[in-house]
Amino acid sequence: MLPTPDLSHLKRQDYQFIYEPAEDTFLFLDAFEDEVSYLKELNPAISLEVGSGSGCVTAFVGKILGESNCLKLCTDINPKAARATQGTAKQNQLSVDIIETHLTNGILPRLGGKIDLMYFNPPYVLTPSEEVGSHSVEAAWAGGIDGREVIDEFMPYIKQLLSPKGVFYMVVVNENKPDDIREIMKRDGFESSIVRTRLAGREKLFILKFVRTA
Amino acid sequence: MRLITHNMLQCHVKGCNANNFPLELQEVVLEQEEAELNEDFLRNMLGKIEYEALVATCLKLDINDLPAAMPADAAYNDEFLQILHRVILETHIKSGKMVCPNCQHIYAIRDGIPNMLLAEHEV
Repeated sequence: MLPTPDLSHLKRQDYQFIYEPAEDTFLFLDAFEDEVSYLKELNPAISLEVGSGSGCVTAFVGKILGESNCLKLCTDINPKAARATQGTAKQNQLSVDIIETHLTNGILPRLGGKIDLMYFNPPYVLTPSEEVGSHSVEAAWAGGIDGREVIDEFMPYIKQLLSPKGVFYMVVVNENKPDDIREIMKRDGFESSIVRTRLAGREKLFILKFVRTA
Repeated sequence: MRLITHNMLQCHVKGCNANNFPLELQEVVLEQEEAELNEDFLRNMLGKIEYEALVATCLKLDINDLPAAMPADAAYNDEFLQILHRVILETHIKSGKMVCPNCQHIYAIRDGIPNMLLAEHEV
């Protein structure tokens, strides 16, 4: 078992401003652990985490990939999360390049078709639409109607960003209608699978995996 | 922010679709941080870097070590890979501005983090 990344530099008060790793985060880590041999085989040149928050997942994936074989990019709309990711990378002796932005704004079209590995734990919680669009910690969970507003905004970019061999992983809950998400992605030319699923309190969590249909 | 990341960023102001890369660095504070040389990683990056933009950016920062064109044997040219390593992976921008050559929009770099967020009316 791979160790959970060292987040000891983040204190109680930091989690007022950034999302604290929780069940969804840990399920994502477990899914990546299942995918270790696949990811090593993939040997990505550029990886991208959208909405990296504390940086926990990127540090974990970074350890799987090894220090220097992959350019590890992250984005987050929350400036405090961007700084937390930067700190977590340092704490875990990884080179990670973090960009403060909304989703992937500012790297398209430049990186179109060049991302080999992309992953996103999106704001999937069902909330009123008005709560979507924050630059603070709410950005980590507020997903609007069906928890789908940010997911739906992002989905069209996936086919633009991923390289031909690229893979995309995303956390969703049952209320996000995973089958509908998979159907939309299918129309964009992706086949999908469920890497992991878990019941955490009231949330039924899924880790979805997408690759281009051969 | 390492220079390699700067090479990945592009203006995304609504309607700004041409001549919007690379963003021009201004008033930057640079810092060299030693990193372990990994030739496989650099080879991975050769096809991902916009080399001409990188050289132009470097010249404006008075970094004159890179050849104007990427050598044909770049992947196995140790001297070139070492220079490339120093420039794109060891040169960090701590703070400064990135200005779009087309629409003049200014993106700030603070604490080594580029901020590509736009105000709502610019999206």
